[in-house]
Amino acid sequence: MTQSASIASCDDLARPVLRERGQREVFCGLTGIVWLHRKIQDAFFLVVGSRTCAHLIQSAAGVMVFAEPRFATAIMEERDLAGLADANEELDRVVDKLLERRPEIRLLFLVGSCPSEVIKLDLSRAAQRLSKKHSPAVRVLNYSGSGIETTFTQGEDACLAALVPDAPQSEADAPQSLLVVGALPDIVEDQFARIFADLGIKDVAFFPPRRSTQMPAIGPNTRFLIAQPFLGDTARMLEERGARRLPALIPLGAEGTTHWFKAAADAWGIDAGTFQRAIAPGRDRAKRALSRHRDALQGKSIFFFPDSQLEPPLARFLAQELGMRPIEIGTPYLNRDLLSAELEQLPADALLSEGQDVDLQLDRCRAARPDIIVCGLGLANPLEREGFTTKWSIELVFSPIHGFDCAGDLAGLFARPLARRAMLRV
Amino acid sequence: MKLTVWTYEGPPHVGAMRVATGMKGVHYVLHAPQGDTYADLLFTMIERRSERPPVTYTTFQARDLGTDTAELFKNACRDAYTRFQPEAMIVGASCTAELIQDDPGGLARALDLPIPVLPLDLPSYQRKENWGASETFYQLVRTLAAKQATPRPDGARPSCNILGATALGFRHRDDVVEVRRLLGLLGIDVNVAAPLDATPADLRRLPDADFNVLLYPEIGDVAARWLEKTYGQPCVRTVPIGLGATRDFIAEVAKIAGVDPAAALESDPSRLPWWSRSVDSNYLTGKRVFIFGDASHAIAAARVASEELGFEVVGLGAYNREMAREVRAAATLYGVEATISDDYLEVEAVIAALQPELVLGTQMERHISKRLNIPCAVISAPAHVQDFPARYSPQMGFEGANVLFDTWVHPLVMGLEEHLLTMFRDDFEFNDAAGPSHLAAHAPPPAAALAASVSEITWTPEAEAELSKIPFFVRGKARRNAERFASERGLPTIHIETLYDAKSHYTK
Repeated sequence: MTQSASIASCDDLARPVLRERGQREVFCGLTGIVWLHRKIQDAFFLVVGSRTCAHLIQSAAGVMVFAEPRFATAIMEERDLAGLADANEELDRVVDKLLERRPEIRLLFLVGSCPSEVIKLDLSRAAQRLSKKHSPAVRVLNYSGSGIETTFTQGEDACLAALVPDAPQSEADAPQSLLVVGALPDIVEDQFARIFADLGIKDVAFFPPRRSTQMPAIGPNTRFLIAQPFLGDTARMLEERGARRLPALIPLGAEGTTHWFKAAADAWGIDAGTFQRAIAPGRDRAKRALSRHRDALQGKSIFFFPDSQLEPPLARFLAQELGMRPIEIGTPYLNRDLLSAELEQLPADALLSEGQDVDLQLDRCRAARPDIIVCGLGLANPLEREGFTTKWSIELVFSPIHGFDCAGDLAGLFARPLARRAMLRV
Repeated sequence: MKLTVWTYEGPPHVGAMRVATGMKGVHYVLHAPQGDTYADLLFTMIERRSERPPVTYTTFQARDLGTDTAELFKNACRDAYTRFQPEAMIVGASCTAELIQDDPGGLARALDLPIPVLPLDLPSYQRKENWGASETFYQLVRTLAAKQATPRPDGARPSCNILGATALGFRHRDDVVEVRRLLGLLGIDVNVAAPLDATPADLRRLPDADFNVLLYPEIGDVAARWLEKTYGQPCVRTVPIGLGATRDFIAEVAKIAGVDPAAALESDPSRLPWWSRSVDSNYLTGKRVFIFGDASHAIAAARVASEELGFEVVGLGAYNREMAREVRAAATLYGVEATISDDYLEVEAVIAALQPELVLGTQMERHISKRLNIPCAVISAPAHVQDFPARYSPQMGFEGANVLFDTWVHPLVMGLEEHLLTMFRDDFEFNDAAGPSHLAAHAPPPAAALAASVSEITWTPEAEAELSKIPFFVRGKARRNAERFASERGLPTIHIETLYDAKSHYTK
């Protein structure tokens, strides 16, 4: 189903990129709620959408059925659309009911969806109105996770971008501070925090914070490192407040993580000896852990279907540190700015593709016969049945994969499906 | 707007997908944004299907809205036809595309494809998954089956259609096998089973059967009624879940087909009657059970619970309002109020108030029960990966009755085991804090689940200690009874004596 495809060469990019527009087999940005609500522990995510939205989040959340999760859907019904009910009054009523039920909530996100965008329901005005009404107990923000505007992880970008204006302004004469941007598992944040401490960087904060009441101050003194490749809008919002991004690789693998810390160390003028002493233990552990997976992965070809935008840094890590051969690196959206360092290090013979036409991509994939395919849950079992080995891409978003101490686990995620296929005699 | 935490049913186009994916040779072109492709994983992951669902999504984006989403739809249709070469195509819109009003039916018709193309009008903001499946099946049957029945030679065996099974159905796969076997025992041929595993060509042959067997009214009733009206095919409506219902089903089929049911009834290989009569099942007597699911499974379960296992039905409900009347009628048989709700929190509140000893519900109620520390067995969709076991595990027919006995009683056998454990409560390795062994991962400590329900009444430490000696699966009831007893008598404090006074008061 070719709606349009083009091979383009970017000015700042020496390599061609295959751009496709056809059927996309990806989640929408609402899916990010599944991990964001676990990260910000006093936040509630209220999707304003349809039964489809509710069903999607429930299906994506899979087994994670909590007593009463900190997300829900305000399902629009016929009378909301037919104008029989005032959508804003309805929304206010739902929010009142929700906050009455959940008094511990401090931050409420109204999350836009495809239907709410199409009927042009103004959630930013609703958020202002409701914020005023429920202040100071609860702040109400909004962002769009709609599938007509966001793909999967872009929902996190939209959420964090909406959170930036909410952070306090830092003092004009405040000393330089570091902000790590992107939702990471708590254990990874703690690992990073220990290394920053060893480097002697004292003023470090993570964004988003674990509690909405602990919002870090932001201003021209802020230097930030992005931990996830899909945070383009959030980076722009931070820069608008005067913060400056420290360009680096994404902290995946021993090399990516070293490069990432080095960017911070350079900005703080930390000497080479201190840097080595702080980094060496973790870096050595990562290398040892990776060496255990090298035999299984070395020389193996890998094909990425687009999913989370993590595909280019993952391909860089797998090629550089484990000797894998990326055939196609598909990404829903290629953020050339944030990924400039990554793109330079990708193997020259790998095809970089942006967007998707899933049937054509499946044709290419079958023709290439890769040793392992990274793809979404809708494609994995059908490809396994055709005899391919697959890795579910969503696990790469839900698992701790960043930093030195997760590098081995990250490699293991790719080694395990291959090892399993080799083991089974059924 | 309706505040929804978890939902029992997906949107109606997911129902249409269940029909299309269950069939062979049908392709569904769905005007929908990219996020809607999540529905594929329901089939490839939950049901472990080895092929992608036969669905093409247009995945339009915001930038397409200002230009030509209609053209996008036409291209998607044309490309899907060329690539997949289906025998028939269904076209429609998901919730978002419904708002942009591109008229998928008209656009597809304009392409003049050489196959039947059915437009589906599934109002996403009014209807849900079962309705969508029902409407899709009905439209397919109506469009494709429009022909005269082929005359059959005299003396041919009676023949019927089996209606209602779909992809992602709760045990549909095995139910169809079991019902085919029952019909075989009666000497009846199956003309077509649909939608599951049927082709469009099979649907054309539906009028050739003498009668229809409707397994899942939620999905097949509308089509069955149309076939009855148009071709005079009578319909067997007894859902053969449980031993009694299976026997009734055989009798009803035999009557309509004009065959002798004796051989099939005598073949009865079910172990349920003896398993239920044997003395070790005595403790099942009068177990208070709450039942919730889709209407037809819930109603059938209530009969099995009451007549075949000797439970007491203390609550009965369903999430599909379309069949509320049938559920209310069944509820009166057991003298209970029907719970008709698709609000998960409301169902949870009903269960918490009733404090049943067993819950028969959906995966949602399984989670509710975990939290309330009540044993639970799953009897109905929404489907979960656990509802697609590797083994043969029907709900219907004689084998289905065996499956029901095992599935519903096992959580309670574990309950009895817990009773034994309480005898060793001070033992170094068995103690109350360890929690029930079968509710391992997510069980809250029993104390939390059984927190006092009437706060103004206090318990003396001795009474609390005595309460904790009562097995956990009746402890909630004992606490509730004691507090009710005390509050009715205006007693501010519950002593050991109050506990036992209440026990004797409420003993039947």
